[in-house]
Amino acid sequence: MMKILVALKRVPDPDTRIRVKEGVLDLDGVKFAVNPFDAIALEQAIRMREQLGDVEVVVVSIGTGDCVEQLRLGLAMGADRALLISGAEAPDSLSVARILADVYRRERPDLVLMGKQAIDDDSNQAGQMLAALLGIGQATFVSKIELVDGRSSACCARETDGGIETITVRLPAVVTTDLRLNEPRYVSLPGIMKARKKPLEEIQLTDPTLKAPARTRVLKLESPPPRKAGIRVRTVDELVEKLRNEAKVI
Amino acid sequence: MEKVLVISEHEGGRLRRHTLSAVAFAAKVAAESGGRFEILVLGEGMGEVAGELRSYGAAAILVGDHADLRHPVADKHGWMIARIARERGATMVVAAASTFSKDILPRSAALMDAGMLSDVVGISMTGGEAEFKRIMFAGNVIATVKLDGAVRFLTVRSAAFVHPVPGADVSPVVELSVPVSELPSLIEYGSREVRVTGRPDPTEARVVVSGGRGVKNAEDFERLIGGLADAFGGAAGSSRALVDAGIVPNSLQVGQTGKIVAPDLYVAVGISGAIQHMAGMKDTKVIVAINKDPDAPIFEVADFGIVGDAYQLVPELIEKVKAK
Ligand SMILES: Cc1cc2nc3c(=O)[nH]c(=O)nc-3n(C[C@H](O)[C@H](O)[C@H](O)COP(=O)(O)OP(=O)(O)OC[C@H]3O[C@@H](n4cnc5c(N)ncnc54)[C@H](O)[C@@H]3O)c2cc1C
Ligand SMILES: Nc1ncnc2c1ncn2[C@@H]1O[C@H](COP(=O)(O)O)[C@@H](O)[C@H]1O
Repeated sequence: MMKILVALKRVPDPDTRIRVKEGVLDLDGVKFAVNPFDAIALEQAIRMREQLGDVEVVVVSIGTGDCVEQLRLGLAMGADRALLISGAEAPDSLSVARILADVYRRERPDLVLMGKQAIDDDSNQAGQMLAALLGIGQATFVSKIELVDGRSSACCARETDGGIETITVRLPAVVTTDLRLNEPRYVSLPGIMKARKKPLEEIQLTDPTLKAPARTRVLKLESPPPRKAGIRVRTVDELVEKLRNEAKVI
Repeated sequence: MEKVLVISEHEGGRLRRHTLSAVAFAAKVAAESGGRFEILVLGEGMGEVAGELRSYGAAAILVGDHADLRHPVADKHGWMIARIARERGATMVVAAASTFSKDILPRSAALMDAGMLSDVVGISMTGGEAEFKRIMFAGNVIATVKLDGAVRFLTVRSAAFVHPVPGADVSPVVELSVPVSELPSLIEYGSREVRVTGRPDPTEARVVVSGGRGVKNAEDFERLIGGLADAFGGAAGSSRALVDAGIVPNSLQVGQTGKIVAPDLYVAVGISGAIQHMAGMKDTKVIVAINKDPDAPIFEVADFGIVGDAYQLVPELIEKVKAK
């Protein structure tokens, strides 16, 4: 039996423009979603189960009770079991990694699948930090994954700045997903019905070092200065003239 | 008194230029805090890269040169960086934001129980304490953040820190021993696809011309987007739509989850201007949008917008840019 742990973060819907109002995030009326990269991670886990058979897929989310919504979506997509870790106060990536390391020690998965980045904080750190804390391997920005050597390793294609890189990482390992790994399936009605009966366990954090953000203190939030309005030009000649003589960029 | 360790990045034995933005950041921190900075070079056959880095005022160029470090694999490099940061008593470890640094630095940070901030765009020293600025929520929020702890890890956006000009070659080169038997060996490097175009990387060019779904296929992309990029002597980029369609490689994707660029001139051709795309190019000096839909959101950030068919406008633009 192979066990795959998938981290799901609850984030604002990717197509909403988040604003700051009087120094705080204005989340009024904002819809929430599963972090898109995490949905890709879950899709990958489900496909591996479909392919290999004896695989258990466990989804985990760290946050408030609201995360149950995203965990239920995960179960409806096809995860077998869900864990809600509550009591963490606005964790930074290091504390997410510490908490997941704790979960890992209890669950002993063969593979941890996560998103390459959470689209709210855009940190792109938690997976790598988790792998370091556990002393296991990692493959980040993965667009293809294949189990090799009798499921003891994963051969992964990584999307790097320079192009696609291939590495083989020994399992257990943390793999973080890029957009082109797959396209997550839609949640079906029978899936939603089934999800209601699947186990969802809540674990309340008591360890004070896990509860508080590890290292990060946010002092201030503000909106970026708006770009000043531009102009429309009618012809290519006018455009070239403006770029040369007004903007002086060519 | 900060002691900053800059992690250099190189490819094919050559320095990645954006390393210099991390050097600029480190020099600023060192100057403002009365501290100093060192630059770390890990790899194999690093003589030239190390030599080039000597002219930016670093207290030392630390070189770990060994065949086992030839490829930037996260387990080995992450471990080495943490070890050296510890040995050198670094209070900050910094690299330019890239897939290289984002893969490796968080690993080193966790090994040192250190906090990390990605894509830093500003720093100020307030009462001797560093406060960092970074962007969140797809470019819609700027956060001012402090990191607790004895050492802090950072990646910086290259466009936010102006590259320093080289001076005299003064920094001494220090050869580090590489404890091969202690290096972890969890990841085996396979291969890397070689870059096909002769054009610069979008993060390193003064002009970036990007194409979106308005460009129909790979030949048109090469002719229109590549052609205009060449006319400007710049780089080609794209929206995610073309990467998904398999028309361009992922290394060209500009945006929240691709590359962040801030050139002097960005030309968006047939790109609607989704939040995720704009997050990657909004800090450009001058934005030009070419789109047949007058209501495309990209026009809201464009300094110069032109409504029309890219297939007619771009060839004309190429001609007229070249005509000069
Ligand atoms: C988690 C996540 C991350 C993402 N990350 C990124 C990212 O990093 N970068 C990114 O770009 N996107 C990203 N996206 C995708 C993003 O949401 C948009 O789907 C994408 O940017 C749209 O690309 P586009 O503008 O090329 O295509 P479209 O939105 O389809 O726009 C095409 C435009 O071309 C115009 N057009 C068509 N034909 C012509 C013509 N002949 N001449 C002139 N104009 C023409 C149309 O009017 C239209 O405005 C992400 C999405 C998600 C969910
Ligand atoms: N609160 C959370 N709950 C579950 N998973 C998380 C949480 N925060 C981050 N992650 C995971 O870590 C990945 C990277 O997050 P980040 O380092 O914040 O960009 C995300 O894609 C998730 O898979």
